[in-house]
Amino acid sequence: MSQSPPTVGLVIVSHSSDVARGTAEMARQMVGDEVTIVHCGGDPDGGLGTDVSKIVEAIDQAWSEAGVAILVDLGGAETNSEMAVEMQPAERQDRIRILNAPVVEGAVMAAAEAAGGSPLSAVQATAEELMGQP
Amino acid sequence: MSVQPTDQEAIERSVLLTHKVGLHARPSVKLTKLAKQYDAVIAIKPDDREDWTDAKSIVKVMALKAKQGVTLHFKAEGSDAESALDAMVGLVERNFDDGGD
Repeated sequence: MSQSPPTVGLVIVSHSSDVARGTAEMARQMVGDEVTIVHCGGDPDGGLGTDVSKIVEAIDQAWSEAGVAILVDLGGAETNSEMAVEMQPAERQDRIRILNAPVVEGAVMAAAEAAGGSPLSAVQATAEELMGQP
Repeated sequence: MSVQPTDQEAIERSVLLTHKVGLHARPSVKLTKLAKQYDAVIAIKPDDREDWTDAKSIVKVMALKAKQGVTLHFKAEGSDAESALDAMVGLVERNFDDGGD
């Protein structure tokens, strides 16, 4: 594979920085280095929580012309991610998706799909397809 | 994308799955990543299944839960079908290059 198309970047958002880091690490080990996976979690004081500005930074780091897929765990992780997306430049916003998938399994599925150079819509579909499995 | 046979020639190969934990998460990721490197339509079917499954779909391949001792059938169609099947069968024969754990 000489040419590498831009791959969708991933952002992992969890209330726990350990969960976010571990999820990113697991996806990277299982799938490989082709996909940029950025993690963020925890509040600024080191406790549980999520932080809009950290999510904004994570999206910037993961940014790819192919777009960014965000995996979130619970409640605030999703609403803060939505706010972070809204703070992105308008031309980026339709290339950022918050996926409706469990954070760990969804991250691995999304990374596996993204690694092949699949578009954002396919990455989203693959991670969300997981929910429909028996 | 349809993985059902068409009128064009599809070629088939089979290989025994010897990996001790079967087609679990990491092997499935490796198999689908490899499959996606080929233009050919590639389908997989373990012996104990009726239907062909898209070998490029990580979710579907993992859902097969193919176990050690089952024979995996591969079918490919397209200009690079031959080398795609070589790659698929080779990966399974090499136990997915898994150091084992």
